[in-house]
Amino acid sequence: MTTAPAETAFHIQEPLWKIRLRIAWKGLKQSWALFTENKIGLVGLGIIVFFGLMALAHPILMHTVWEPNIYDPFIGNDPTILQHPSPPSARHLLGTDPVGRDVLSQLMYSTQSEFVLGLLAAIVTVTIATSVGAISAYFGGALDAFFMRLADLINILPFIALLVVLTAFFDFGMIELALLIGILSGFGGTTIIFKAQALTIKVKPYIEAAKVAGGSDLHIIFRHIVPNLMPLAFLNMMFTVTGAIFSEAALSFFGLLNLRMSWGIMINTTQAAGYLLGGWKYWYLIVPPGLAITLLCSAFYLVGRALDEVVNPRLRRR
Amino acid sequence: MLKYIANRLLQIVVTLFVFFALTYFILDAQPGDITLQYVNNPKFTKEQREALRRRLGLDKPAYVRFFQWMGNTLRGDLGESYQYRKPVMDVLLERAPRTIFLFLTATLIEFFVGYWLGRVLAWQRGTGLEYGITVVGAFFYTVFTPWFALMMIYLFGFTLKWFPIGKFLDVTLWRAAPKGLTANQIFINLLLTMTLLAVALVVVYYLTRRMNPYRASLFRWSALIGGAAIVVGYWAASPVAKYAWDILYHMALPIIVLTLINFSGTMLLTRTTMLETLREDYIMAARAKGLPERVVRDKHAARNAVLPVFTSLIISLPFILGGGIITETVFSWEGLGLTLLTASTTGDIPLVMGSFLFIGTLALLAHLVADIAYAFLDPRIRYA
Repeated sequence: MTTAPAETAFHIQEPLWKIRLRIAWKGLKQSWALFTENKIGLVGLGIIVFFGLMALAHPILMHTVWEPNIYDPFIGNDPTILQHPSPPSARHLLGTDPVGRDVLSQLMYSTQSEFVLGLLAAIVTVTIATSVGAISAYFGGALDAFFMRLADLINILPFIALLVVLTAFFDFGMIELALLIGILSGFGGTTIIFKAQALTIKVKPYIEAAKVAGGSDLHIIFRHIVPNLMPLAFLNMMFTVTGAIFSEAALSFFGLLNLRMSWGIMINTTQAAGYLLGGWKYWYLIVPPGLAITLLCSAFYLVGRALDEVVNPRLRRR
Repeated sequence: MLKYIANRLLQIVVTLFVFFALTYFILDAQPGDITLQYVNNPKFTKEQREALRRRLGLDKPAYVRFFQWMGNTLRGDLGESYQYRKPVMDVLLERAPRTIFLFLTATLIEFFVGYWLGRVLAWQRGTGLEYGITVVGAFFYTVFTPWFALMMIYLFGFTLKWFPIGKFLDVTLWRAAPKGLTANQIFINLLLTMTLLAVALVVVYYLTRRMNPYRASLFRWSALIGGAAIVVGYWAASPVAKYAWDILYHMALPIIVLTLINFSGTMLLTRTTMLETLREDYIMAARAKGLPERVVRDKHAARNAVLPVFTSLIISLPFILGGGIITETVFSWEGLGLTLLTASTTGDIPLVMGSFLFIGTLALLAHLVADIAYAFLDPRIRYA
């Protein structure tokens, strides 16, 4: 009995990182099992993978099958077709837009930028919200009051209204918009959620233990509190992606953004050229981008909801 | 409680001040100003431009202008809109009733639909129905609003011709309207009758609270039906019934679209809070008593699950003032949202600031009301 600890210590010959990796892998497998219990999340994941493949396929198609002069999403034009917009055909699977550009090519090209926008906005949001949430929960006091009042301030306004005003007065591209959305939602409502979660972590015994062991404030915040916020962060990223893609599409629809191509701009072009109420005859101009925005937004949302049930034990079935 | 409210009001004043300062300086930081609109006009000399700048006060530093604006705002003068050449206050007061009436009705409808469906959804956990409704709900929750609204207009307004397309009244009908009758009078009267009905229903609800459940529900239902009958009768008998009906008819499609888009948010929130409530011990106790499932669901679980849903309703109320930009644009509904959009795109800064003032003040007050209402609804919360 007395020799047992020594023996176990003797048997651990693997390096520490390998053990950590194995534990992480095991946790991941468990979470995956919980995630797959919910078919809704799998549907969402499937849609995201589909759009991911579409985004990847565009440059490949441009270099192989599609002729750049005809299929370019900005300046392409098919001279063999006399009247644009033209309905779907073998050459253009989703037809051409009023200026003669291939709709499918535009759709696939825009998918790339939507992913970049959504992920960038989500990463910025979550980075800001986790650190600010953890810091204000840990220190409390004036710092906490300041960040919470700031969050209230950003929360006051309807998000779209604020973005409409800012993008109308200033010139915004895709990256700037992603950063703006990230900063606004990072310091806004998301911080409040993270702070509430961080408060419940702060009172856990292992934080006390870390303090007793002489851990500095920064060490405790970034090595003990923030890693425990990660599941929530991952979940929140999904909802931020939904919000970011939706906002971009709405702003492009109003024609407020300085972009060359996006799903919102495709709808805007259709509307500006007056083909909107032209009937189902021109469905290929409005249905693909509208459906793409809706599907990708709801896919991220569904994954987020499924993750919610993984992260939040109170929502689990057992 | 009074001390709490006073404290919060003070905080609101401070927050509003910071908020206006931020918006003012951000909008001020944009390059150029309104006088540059005439820069391509050869007859508009540099001296004239300077004179215009002086007249508009643009030659003073930003902080001076900000305090001037703030002082004027406190005196109820929001300045003059560049675009409409009339006081901002007039423009906003003209448009507010339309927006409030449309979005208040839509929000109340979507709240009830969402709450009712969410209750069912939590109870059907793990069935095909739950997956079906959740996927459909998520679709509507994340649907690209302009696209969806345009599709609905196309289907119901253009193909089926059930509802009119765009605007909130039929111009040919209104040309024959009696002198002095404006659409806003009807909007305000409709709002008033709706508020009176709501207040009456709440009063009846509170009076019947301690009654035996069967008698109480009898009273409540008869109050609802009777009240609705009185309101409808009043409007049908009034001489402007034709015009009120015209407005309601134009409102139908926007309300359907708004309900479809928004109900799932409430529904999914109700479901989540219901699932959390179902784990409580008192639910098990209610079941152990042998109460029917319907009673456990409606009286024990849903009552407690309604709290966060109710808060989200109150917090969403101010958003109806400005959050409807997309809906108002697509339906050409000339309300506050559309005003904010056109004001932003045309660089009409006084109007933008005025709209923000409306929205910001109402939002902060709604947060306060939500917190106070919470204390009344949930006896566990007390503000010392």
